[in-house]
Amino acid sequence: MSIVVENLSYTYMPKTPYRTTALKDITFTVNEGEFVGLIGATGSGKSTLIQHFNGLIKLADGRLTVFDFDLSAKKINYKALRKGIGMLFQYPEYQLFEETVLKDIMFGPKNFGMSKEEAYESAKRAIELVGLDFEEIKDRSPFEISGGEKRRVAIAGVLAYKPKALILDEPTAGLDPSGKKEILELITKLKKSDAVSTIIMISHNMDEIAAYAERIIVLNNSRLIYDLPPKELFKKDDLQEMGLDLPITVKIKNALAQRGMVLDTDALTAEELVAAIKQKIRGNNG
Amino acid sequence: MGRDITFGQYYPGDSFIHRMDPRAKILLSILYIVTVFLCVSFYSYLAVFLFLAILILVARVPLRSVLKSVKAILFLVMLTAAINILFYREGSPLLQFWVIRITDEGLIFSAKMALRLLFLVIGTTLVTLTTTPMNLTDGMESLMSPLKVVKFPVHDVAIIMSIALRFIPSLMEEIDKIIMAQKARGAAFDSGGLIARAKALLPILIPLFVSAFRRADELALALDARCYNATPNRTKMKELKFGYRDLVASVACLLFMGVIILLRFYPGV
Repeated sequence: MSIVVENLSYTYMPKTPYRTTALKDITFTVNEGEFVGLIGATGSGKSTLIQHFNGLIKLADGRLTVFDFDLSAKKINYKALRKGIGMLFQYPEYQLFEETVLKDIMFGPKNFGMSKEEAYESAKRAIELVGLDFEEIKDRSPFEISGGEKRRVAIAGVLAYKPKALILDEPTAGLDPSGKKEILELITKLKKSDAVSTIIMISHNMDEIAAYAERIIVLNNSRLIYDLPPKELFKKDDLQEMGLDLPITVKIKNALAQRGMVLDTDALTAEELVAAIKQKIRGNNG
Repeated sequence: MGRDITFGQYYPGDSFIHRMDPRAKILLSILYIVTVFLCVSFYSYLAVFLFLAILILVARVPLRSVLKSVKAILFLVMLTAAINILFYREGSPLLQFWVIRITDEGLIFSAKMALRLLFLVIGTTLVTLTTTPMNLTDGMESLMSPLKVVKFPVHDVAIIMSIALRFIPSLMEEIDKIIMAQKARGAAFDSGGLIARAKALLPILIPLFVSAFRRADELALALDARCYNATPNRTKMKELKFGYRDLVASVACLLFMGVIILLRFYPGV
């Protein structure tokens, strides 16, 4: 039950003057139950990569296995594949279209062949999972609720068909700080419950990625550069050259080092960093 | 996928034709259209063909992009040709059954019609291939400016046109995103009967309209915030200017028209 990518390459508009390479020789594996972060500058190929996972982009070169599906096979049951992968695009609230929130959330389950009753139950469960009041919101129009609620409804629309893996493309983009926090807490909650087991998240916010992902994959210029746990990754000193930001804790650590206080730590959370600084100061005094 | 479609026809370059004034190109393309309608004999069609071939060489656009526009109307051309062949009444019949009568003149007539359509499209395509959409609207605005006398809002129409052109690629990208998102939720757009397929478009069309209106709203606010329309006479960053190229092209086109007229009235020439 994993996603295995082997030597995957992809070129947009091949054989034309506009050809652009989006992915080059990518190899990695996402195991069941993992929370993997995917980072890279704009245009590094992240979106192209995840769109391969549910067959929105047809595999052109290399091998890709998603759960039991071999995407290099001639005939692929896309519906069954897509049911297993919940994909949440950037600004997912712009895909809402039904008259009521409930109907919109039932869209996915019904497409994947659930009966009306099943879809209803499933939608109810999904709305509760994302922390909304089912009775209060189910009959409202998805166009009149608040931005944060819209995003939750969009997430519920994906959770409702009970995917095995969740792929999130910048789930917090465009939200205010408290909205961001709520969505991230929701994602952690989902991960802990057995609603979804595997999560792949794209983000430009390194603090989020460092705090939540167990493993981070870095793409740069269509190639996979690193595939490391956060603590290992943020020790690397070429991330900024790839147009990537650093977590605030790493920035503080680097600023301190510039001023002469070199910390020997891989701290990523504020607590860890404070502890490391305290230890250093005590060490100097003692 | 939308990303696999190149929007608009403009083919970047700096050939003689690329650097012509868009107004000259628009006017001369109208002249060209009139000229094509004056063609009668196959010799005049040959003349048009040669003229187009020279234009394509001068414009230095790849033949492939010219033919792409032909591909778009190929069906129309074939349909008109078929209808003409089947229902043209004059001439001696070559084949006859039921209401259908295929005549020699019918074949010639439909061949000429097909050629005429093809030449019209290729000729006008050359204008859009060598002119950026923005230049094209600038040219149209300038050509329409006499209408200001009768209080026709020329500038507003021009800005509406350029905004529409500007947003076509954005909306195509948006459609692409929406389609992918709904596909990820299991929507199928290519199965079922006609009604099922029409219904399947709703999950795309509604978000598309919502987003088009949102964009329009935001754009209107942005225009207002920058005091759009506060000054009666806006100036342009790039002034259009007739140059020697436009003169040369006009003379060439008029000569070409002369040749076609000669061929029409003196078929023996």
